[in-house]
Amino acid sequence: MKVKLNKDYLLALVAVVLGLIAGAILIAITGNNPLEGYFYLFRGGLMNIQRIGDTLATATPLILTGLSVAFAFKTGLFNIGAAGQMLIGGLCATAVGLSLDCSKPILLTLVVLSAILGGALWGAVPGYLKARFNVHEVVSSIMMNWIAYWAVYYIVPAYFKGQFLETESRKIPAAASLKVDWLMNLFNGSYINLGFFLAVIAVIVIAFILNKTTFGYELKAVGYNRFAAESAGIIANQSILLSMVLAGALAGLGGAAFYVGYASNIQIGVSPSQGFDGIAVSLLGLNSPWGVLFAAIFFGVLQSGKGFMNAMTSIPPEIADTIIATIIYFAATNILIERAWERLRKRKNKGSALKKDLKVDKVGGAE
Amino acid sequence: MDYVVEMLNIRKEFPGIVANDDITIQLKQGEILALLGENGAGKSTLMSILFGLYQPEGGTIKIRGRQAKITDPNIANELGIGMVHQHFKLVHNFTVTENIILGLEPKRGIVIDIRSAAKRIGELSEKYGLNVDPYAKIEDVSVGMQQRVEILKMLYRNAEVLIFDEPTSVLTPQEIQDLMKIMRNLMNEGKSIVLITHKLKEIKAIADRCTVIRRGKLIGTVDVASTSEAKMAEMMVGREVSFSVEKGPSCPGEVILRIENLSVINNRKLKGLRNFSLEVRSGEIVGIAGVEGNGQMELVEALIGLRKVESGKLYLRERDITETPVRNRIEAGIASIPEDRHKNGLVLDFTVEDNLVLKSLHQAPYSKNGLLNRNVIHQHAEKVMADFDVRAGEGPAAIARSLSGGNQQKAIVGREIDLNPEILIAVQPTRGLDVGAIEYIHKRIVEQRDQGKAVLLISLELDEILDLSDRIAVISNGELIDIVEAAVTNENEVGLMMAGVKRGEHR
Repeated sequence: MKVKLNKDYLLALVAVVLGLIAGAILIAITGNNPLEGYFYLFRGGLMNIQRIGDTLATATPLILTGLSVAFAFKTGLFNIGAAGQMLIGGLCATAVGLSLDCSKPILLTLVVLSAILGGALWGAVPGYLKARFNVHEVVSSIMMNWIAYWAVYYIVPAYFKGQFLETESRKIPAAASLKVDWLMNLFNGSYINLGFFLAVIAVIVIAFILNKTTFGYELKAVGYNRFAAESAGIIANQSILLSMVLAGALAGLGGAAFYVGYASNIQIGVSPSQGFDGIAVSLLGLNSPWGVLFAAIFFGVLQSGKGFMNAMTSIPPEIADTIIATIIYFAATNILIERAWERLRKRKNKGSALKKDLKVDKVGGAE
Repeated sequence: MDYVVEMLNIRKEFPGIVANDDITIQLKQGEILALLGENGAGKSTLMSILFGLYQPEGGTIKIRGRQAKITDPNIANELGIGMVHQHFKLVHNFTVTENIILGLEPKRGIVIDIRSAAKRIGELSEKYGLNVDPYAKIEDVSVGMQQRVEILKMLYRNAEVLIFDEPTSVLTPQEIQDLMKIMRNLMNEGKSIVLITHKLKEIKAIADRCTVIRRGKLIGTVDVASTSEAKMAEMMVGREVSFSVEKGPSCPGEVILRIENLSVINNRKLKGLRNFSLEVRSGEIVGIAGVEGNGQMELVEALIGLRKVESGKLYLRERDITETPVRNRIEAGIASIPEDRHKNGLVLDFTVEDNLVLKSLHQAPYSKNGLLNRNVIHQHAEKVMADFDVRAGEGPAAIARSLSGGNQQKAIVGREIDLNPEILIAVQPTRGLDVGAIEYIHKRIVEQRDQGKAVLLISLELDEILDLSDRIAVISNGELIDIVEAAVTNENEVGLMMAGVKRGEHR
């Protein structure tokens, strides 16, 4: 198990390196120096404490949507609805933040809880449909994305219209924001907010659930083999519903982190890109909670550094997005990398006949 | 020497294993050559090479003395090689004729000339004694008939060499007799046959020579008439094997499981099981004999709690469990070895230790307040693996998928017996296992009986039922045909009942 995990992480790293190499080739094609480009790209994401704070703030919603998708994957479900769950989470958070008036600790707690509940509800619907009627969660959660999109489109102008613009809500009061002064001061005025800590706590909680509890064990058992789980007395339908509820709650929390943390209001007509980027984060993070954390922060570095790279060189910022896309391709096709690896090793081994004979002894299911 | 097919020094590698290592087989004109080996020995790989599905890494194939390169099944067909697969490849809502001509439809102008094709099929059928109606629809005919359609398919394509891959695994004993007769007819007409099997009895009954493969290596080719079954088994397994299950007389006690007028709806929304009643007592093994798809699956699922009971009652130690959920039934003492260990038995991507607590994880000592106790789970796995001889490279931490079939099955058997159940429901407990593992699992099942547990054995292998059971309940078409004492019945009687003929009805 240990050995295998290490190999998987190695493959993820290979995907990253290959993606960066592909990016370097692209930068070279645009007539720029790849080393210079990467220098400014990473410098832009990490050069000082404020930049690091911004990087973490950018990564925060990605951690949560990535975690949402990864958790669903682990339990055999494809949550493609993180965008909608996040949007509803953000809407609930904004609505509570704008409607209630109480002290910051209480208000913030309510804001975050409402986001979690909103996301959970948005996950529960596809979960219920899957468990009860075997409706595929990909179809129903995409539909839920659009319901969230149009719900925001209607509710924000109707009830929370901004002062100047029809297309966004009013700014939430400071008491409802996840941004806190001491943290911003610590990071020299960066966007970083409490959402990052909530995301890290979520990573720990999900890792704990998946690895240490009977609940997580049963969810995974259903995910890997529903029939065996049912034969063993686990109620698969219940697991499916709970998985989607939890996945939705995570994405909903991501909505709070984005709309009342990173930003301070919600726009209509925009589906958050973090919803779908979460799938990529989950893929690169090998669906493991800690892997998701690192993958999201890595994507955060690229996202927040691309502006700086653009400012300092003539490399278009789209290159950073292309690199991300390429890395995802390599991560998704890592079976090919693995095969090439095996072939290379085999060729190496052919020299020493002894080693080969040792391998031959491992005869298993040949048919 | 006039060999029809010669496969010389064949070598085939798959990543990590050598499936065929320097294997040579030679098939004479007009003979039946058995290819004997355990599961995973490389028999099917070898025949897939001959049929053009795989390319060998080394060695040569000669057809009628001339070297051939068989790169796909069409070339094999042109060379007169045909294969009857273990799982038939037929279109169910097509007629026999339509299935047979599929791929090389005879045409008159632009329309398919069904009639002349059907006529030729009728003639072939008569010539070889196949007794197939060219116009019958596949879904309406028996499994044995479907197999004969597969045979006709090869004959229609003028195959001279016929490969049969485990042909008897889906047949009743009577159908097996018919198949043997057909194979003899084919032989008499000059066809050459390769019979892939791991059943020694069949080899003894029909084959001329027998080539034995073990772990991808050729062990030898023997003359069947002058070689004993025990000798062939030894060649196959690599050590001496005891065939008969050693067991003393049973001493049944109180009724553990009572099935009362049970009716269950199957996946096709029909009654898969009708008014089925049976009692299983402690200290006895009750075998359910029947041809595949006659209600066994519905019965098992109803007993375990995966399928709703339409009418009737289930009692475990006189406690009504008809409506009890799966988990509570397990806790009440129902253990089950499932038919399909990959589908229902194991979570293949879990470790062995996690699989060994699949049914008991929610209870102490494996978990407390919803938190896993990893140490206890690990120790439990070590104990079960030692008790049941489950071998895995990385011990309890090995991924279940990486284990061989025999070890996977032993792990399941270990898990279920470790539950210390009232009744053990064993469905095809030795399917696809080699002789050594079968011997071991049979021993453990009999041991359960001797410890006073009730055992319900459901198997399609009649030999297994006859060897292990104390009483045999025969099921056909979802109905209980009869219950007989294993000691006083025989294969023929049970076989007839499996076909739905009640005792006293025939002759």
